[in-house]
Amino acid sequence: MTGMEVEIAGVRLKNPVMTASGTFGAGQEYGEFVDLNRLGAVVTKGVSNVPWEGNPVPRVTETPSGMLNAIGLQNPGVEVFCERDLPFLARYDTRVIVNVCGHSEQDYLEVVERLAGESAVSMLEINVSCPNVSRGAIAFGQDPDCLCAITSKIRRAAAQPIIMKLTPNVTDIAEMARAAEAGGADAVSLINTITGMKIDIERQRFVLANRTGGLSGPAIRPVAVRMVWQAARAVKIPVIGMGGIATGEDAVEFLLAGASAVAVGMMNFHEPRTTENVIGGIEAYLRRHGIENVKDIVGAVQDQVF
Amino acid sequence: MQVQRQNRFKAAMEVVRTELLAGDIWSTILRYPEELAPEMREARPGQFVGVYPKDGSRLLPRPISICRLVPEERTLRLVYRTVGAGTEEIAAMPAGSAVEVLGMLGNGYDTESMAGRRVVLLGGGLGIPPMLELAASLYGKAAPGSGQEVPSAAERKTAVTAVLGYRSAPLFLKEDFEASADAVYIATEDGSEGTAGNVLDAVRERGIRADVLCACGPLPMLRAVRDYAAEQGIPAYISLEEHMACGVGACLGCVVKTKHEDPHSHVKNARICTEGPVFPASEVEI
Repeated sequence: MTGMEVEIAGVRLKNPVMTASGTFGAGQEYGEFVDLNRLGAVVTKGVSNVPWEGNPVPRVTETPSGMLNAIGLQNPGVEVFCERDLPFLARYDTRVIVNVCGHSEQDYLEVVERLAGESAVSMLEINVSCPNVSRGAIAFGQDPDCLCAITSKIRRAAAQPIIMKLTPNVTDIAEMARAAEAGGADAVSLINTITGMKIDIERQRFVLANRTGGLSGPAIRPVAVRMVWQAARAVKIPVIGMGGIATGEDAVEFLLAGASAVAVGMMNFHEPRTTENVIGGIEAYLRRHGIENVKDIVGAVQDQVF
Repeated sequence: MQVQRQNRFKAAMEVVRTELLAGDIWSTILRYPEELAPEMREARPGQFVGVYPKDGSRLLPRPISICRLVPEERTLRLVYRTVGAGTEEIAAMPAGSAVEVLGMLGNGYDTESMAGRRVVLLGGGLGIPPMLELAASLYGKAAPGSGQEVPSAAERKTAVTAVLGYRSAPLFLKEDFEASADAVYIATEDGSEGTAGNVLDAVRERGIRADVLCACGPLPMLRAVRDYAAEQGIPAYISLEEHMACGVGACLGCVVKTKHEDPHSHVKNARICTEGPVFPASEVEI
């Protein structure tokens, strides 16, 4: 029996596989394809203090081995989340991690405070890295001083451990990971999407109404593995890795680079059962290599000299 | 809003036959596995599937409406336009090959509410194919060659008129509609067949009367249908399309602005893949 259990900031997960925010709703839609009880955690779509309308359409487009999105964090707000989505998720034997978004410091704090009394919420993931909203979000995540300051304010207000979700759209990811750690983050997750653009040459116009969007999918995986490796070397807090994970082997790459857990994002859209396939794939890898516990491979290549 | 059915699956289907109908319009018939019979029984016209290209660089399902579903033969017919490498790959899949399909997506038309009425189906261009399954389900379940008799007009009580709008001849699917509707009218933009103009020009020219309108086609046509229905004081149900990623309501990529707050999103946005693609024309901002 291979040990798949991992622990992030004192929260035990039955396995290291979670969903990436924004690709899995609040679990309901993919619950028709996947047994949510099998997942390490469900990370919800971003939740804000009040309902957000998001961006105009087109919001999504396919790109080679990936896609661009500019949804703009449409969500029904934290009250509806607590009344409708959280009770649904609480029925399952999985951890619930709520992704929190905001335009201002106050927005984030309102959501974090509202969720403080919700025992069904195991952790909070703070989205300071969305490239698709005009105010807030990514601005907090691209300056180390800002990131450190907002992290410590949220840390003080939050009842649950906080995971700061980092953007790859920075020069030095290690510096950002250290800033989050210095602010009191319990963990960091990365990478959010890479800002991109697609132009329809026949119509000579932007494909997305937002003009730019966030690139996700296997196209960004090597960038994500590199950044996870850099972040994991820079901090002592756990790192959650994501970026185009499609198989157990992909997930193992992130674990070897230093991630304590992984998330499946865009590939849910390609194969609704990707999360379960990734869990099975990691187990098969561990068996094949005679490794008893998944924790044994976390960061295994981190300081390796080639 | 329309009733939502939970008959979702992702499964491999077998390509039976693909043919070019006209220009860049293709027809592909797929055979689905026995196990999907229950989901297919639940299928309703206006629902759609997501067809996955095999090329690993093209990861998202291509949303394509159901053109015809024949449970007796376990076949699903898709009629689509090749608009890029993904759909070109689908059109080139050889007979006998397997293709991954995500289904049944979307709400579909509420045909029960149309029983006994004069239903006029308006299809423009690539909006024509989904109207065929709708016509067939309203006109009677009998499919060509299935050996079942088409029920008489008196028993059927629903009068199905199809008005099909093309850019120009050659037409596609016209004969299929003639087998599944009481009357079929044609409009072409260049006047090469039928009424010169669009589907509403044909409705006016032929004096076609309706209790209910169902329409699928380009946005300007759908706006005109909405306005015509309001003028006539009759309901119109329109089927929308939009860039999509997941197809199942998780990504929020394919929304349409709504008149009222949507009960799921709690903002004035509804998911076309889930609350739609069929909406009452008066409920959406198009």
